[in-house]
Amino acid sequence: MNREERLNRQSKIRNFSIIAHIDHGKSTLADRILEKTNALTSREMKNQLLDSMDLERERGITIKLNSVQLKYKAKDGEVYTFHLIDTPGHVDFTYEVSRSLAACEGAILVVDAAQGIEAQTLANVYLAIDNNLEILPIINKIDLPSADPERVRNEIEEVIGLDASEAVLTSAKAGIGIEDILEQVVEKVPAPIGDPEGPLKALIFDSLYDAYRGVVAYIRVVEGTVKVGDKVRMMATGKEFEVTEVGVFTPKSTPLDELSVGDVGFLTAAIKNVGDTRVGDTITSARNGAIEPLSGYRKMNPMVYCGLYPIDSAKFNDLREALEKLELNDSALQFEPETSQALGFGFRCGFLGLLHMEIIQERIEREFKIDLITTAPSVIYDVVLTDGTEVKVDNPSNMPDPQKIDRIEEPYVKATMMAPNDYVGAIMELCQIKRGNFIDMQYMDETRVNITYEIPLSEIVYDFFDQLKSNTKGYASFDYELIGYKPSKLVKMDILLNAEKVDALSFIVHNEFAYERGKIIVEKLKELIPRQQFEVPIQAAVGQKIVARSTIKAIRKNVLAKCYGGDISRKRKLLEKQKEGKKRMKQVGSVEVPQEAFMAVLKMDDTNPKK
Amino acid sequence: MINAAYIHIPFCEHICHYCDFNKVFLKGQPVDEYLDYLDKEIELTLVDAPYTKFKTIFIGGGTPTALNVQQLEKLLSTINKYMPFAEDVEYTFEANPGDLSAEKLSLLRAGGVNRISFGVQTFNDELLKRIGRVHRAKDVFQSIEAAKNAGFENISIDLIYSLPGQTLADFKETLATSFTLDIQHYSGYSLIIEPKTVFYNLMRKGKLPTPGEDAEAAMYETLMDEMEKQGFEQYEISNFAKPGFESKHNLTYWDNEWYYGFGAGAHGYVNGYRRSNYGPLKKYMDPLKEGKLPIIEEQKPTKAEQMEEEMFLGLRKIKGVSISRFEEKFSANPMQYFGEEIQTHIEKQLLQLDGDAIKLTRKGYLLGNEVFQSFIK
Repeated sequence: MNREERLNRQSKIRNFSIIAHIDHGKSTLADRILEKTNALTSREMKNQLLDSMDLERERGITIKLNSVQLKYKAKDGEVYTFHLIDTPGHVDFTYEVSRSLAACEGAILVVDAAQGIEAQTLANVYLAIDNNLEILPIINKIDLPSADPERVRNEIEEVIGLDASEAVLTSAKAGIGIEDILEQVVEKVPAPIGDPEGPLKALIFDSLYDAYRGVVAYIRVVEGTVKVGDKVRMMATGKEFEVTEVGVFTPKSTPLDELSVGDVGFLTAAIKNVGDTRVGDTITSARNGAIEPLSGYRKMNPMVYCGLYPIDSAKFNDLREALEKLELNDSALQFEPETSQALGFGFRCGFLGLLHMEIIQERIEREFKIDLITTAPSVIYDVVLTDGTEVKVDNPSNMPDPQKIDRIEEPYVKATMMAPNDYVGAIMELCQIKRGNFIDMQYMDETRVNITYEIPLSEIVYDFFDQLKSNTKGYASFDYELIGYKPSKLVKMDILLNAEKVDALSFIVHNEFAYERGKIIVEKLKELIPRQQFEVPIQAAVGQKIVARSTIKAIRKNVLAKCYGGDISRKRKLLEKQKEGKKRMKQVGSVEVPQEAFMAVLKMDDTNPKK
Repeated sequence: MINAAYIHIPFCEHICHYCDFNKVFLKGQPVDEYLDYLDKEIELTLVDAPYTKFKTIFIGGGTPTALNVQQLEKLLSTINKYMPFAEDVEYTFEANPGDLSAEKLSLLRAGGVNRISFGVQTFNDELLKRIGRVHRAKDVFQSIEAAKNAGFENISIDLIYSLPGQTLADFKETLATSFTLDIQHYSGYSLIIEPKTVFYNLMRKGKLPTPGEDAEAAMYETLMDEMEKQGFEQYEISNFAKPGFESKHNLTYWDNEWYYGFGAGAHGYVNGYRRSNYGPLKKYMDPLKEGKLPIIEEQKPTKAEQMEEEMFLGLRKIKGVSISRFEEKFSANPMQYFGEEIQTHIEKQLLQLDGDAIKLTRKGYLLGNEVFQSFIK
């Protein structure tokens, strides 16, 4: 292609992503767009195509980024090339959202016609605005009986300050309004700017590892052109490679001769080490390359840490490999080896949030077949010692002795919650229990309220979201951002099983709640740890002081009474199930402890532990 | 050669709250047709079988005694037609107390049945009501009397303990009452809440006040102690008998031997294959209409699985697993093959060695599953 052709092609490219709150219909809309642009025959069409991981489909969420190239013949008679970049909708994955937005010029903002704007939508819209994207609001699910598009239109204008007068009224499910959306994309989303013959600048916005092709980098070409056979350099690492393949997803992986300005696709170059292609890095030509890299995006730091241990200690190396593989595609994941007296060798891992943690855990168990013990998540505490040194503690069992501690600071977040005004009382009560400080409350319209609190992150980590959902019948939405550290009166609580301290069960608690929580957790553990062949005392201690105790009685009876009319296979299955249950437990000293027990600390807010 | 058979009659007039066996309400069911196809199944199965004299036949359910006189006659004649009895055959009929008229009893007797197993469960009428049984304690006395009068000399009752709302004192009373019956055999089962039962649903809603593990253990220990005092020998985890009256049929299972399973949802172990029949009546009968066996699943346990089964089934017997018999069967020494598992459980005082036998200790009876599961690799 010559310069003319490339520029002409470039003028017909539109890159956009879809921003939506979870459940507002993003994936369905993406599917409809794919259908409308005939990206797939209907036979190939599966529901929610872009969510390709099993886990994503099951949970109805998007975790990984996906991009797809589409051809759209617009009403002006021209054929346009669209790159649709899917974004995750959950609060934990704000980081991923910012990455995908950096590859776009526009974003479709999907708002549910009944539910209106939610906290998470707001956070992502502001990200898009920060990225200078053209935002096209659309109002989805207009076919619902409870839809109130005019109210939502006002809300978009008043709360976000976007012009919503041309917002398309749509129902992705029923296929209403899809073409209008695509026409708006053509009209309103700017074509990419950049010189196709300038020095190459391609942003790596994601990557994955393929056993045959090596690292597959997902790129957005911002400047210049890249072809098979080109020598390229990763600007951050300085590593050089020869390009073996470039192409786009349609959504099938489709090789092309070259990618030029505005193209969103993939690049492979026999890259064996994922560390060589950091997400956010810029790819340029090895010779006469660009001088300045593209501004990457802010690297998100993990907010939540927990220990991951293989139940079978022999699988430590398998676990390392699993984490390394996952890290390839998930740069937000951090891990380093650690040792626990109770659990042996494992890793302390950092995550963006609890969902992120759960997903990584589930993927390791499913995709790598390693049974895990996960310790309760912890935040990072800043501990100032009496001698003035500062230490960061991401594992409660590493908390220094109380005598050596001058003060402990813990991370606080600004939590934003939106809900119908009926739930204001419930939300405020919850925030008080969670040691929150009230900041602000604003009415968005007559019935919807936006409440802001400062809350310790550790309280958010402990099931705040679940409680918020249940206290507001699922109506409240929630978002949070880290605002910094504040001193708190915190103590470490140790748990002893059979008189032995189990480091993996230690947790940090506010001084005032120590007794109460100690009581709840020993009861909870009593419930979660099955009876053993001997009696097991459980104690909760702060320092040397036992604050609560309980006892797991010895197992008395476990024998199958019936003969099941000669159904031996059934007996076998029953025994296999019991055996499987045992395998899922970790031997801690002489006690077999199930995985859930290590998360017991998360369930402490059950008002009735006996339930 | 196979000389044991289980025959399933899947009809009930009432469904008990704890029962998860294959069964349907009797009313409106094609019972006669079912018996025709049962006849067909037995014929098809045995036509090519080497000539066998049956040592045990067990008619279970469901409720076999829910059949009317004509239906009973038909069933008995099917059995007589295809299944020659060994001289010392144990031929058992399961019965609900109150279901057996004098006429039915003499019919059974004439058909060769020589053992009746009554589903008594408890002598507490309040509890009987709660578990969905329709008979009452007085029916038990009458039925057993009638069975004796009809000439039955081998009578067994089933008891269930750890019932919702049952106390230890209550169970002791049931035991005391049952010892007045002058019968030969007792089975004592703890209640197991199985999915797809009324109790299971109640339990999930938190509305089933079971006595709990400690009370259950206490009841089991009481059962064992009381049986011993009364001269009933425990020969299996849940079974007690006057010497010579151990159930041969159940021992077939624990000895890991082969047996036929006839009827809807029945399980058999035939020529090395564990097999099961379709449970739903229609699915059971349809293949038979075309002269095919109604088998839904058939699997041959590997040698390793057979060895595991020899252990987890055999250890249910009080006399345990015979090392020499194991060696004979599998050309392997269980003390080597399962060395680690056996050693661990001996240390935990759940297993013991006694001459040629590996067997459970008394503590092991209570914690049998802890032992059994370790043999599954």
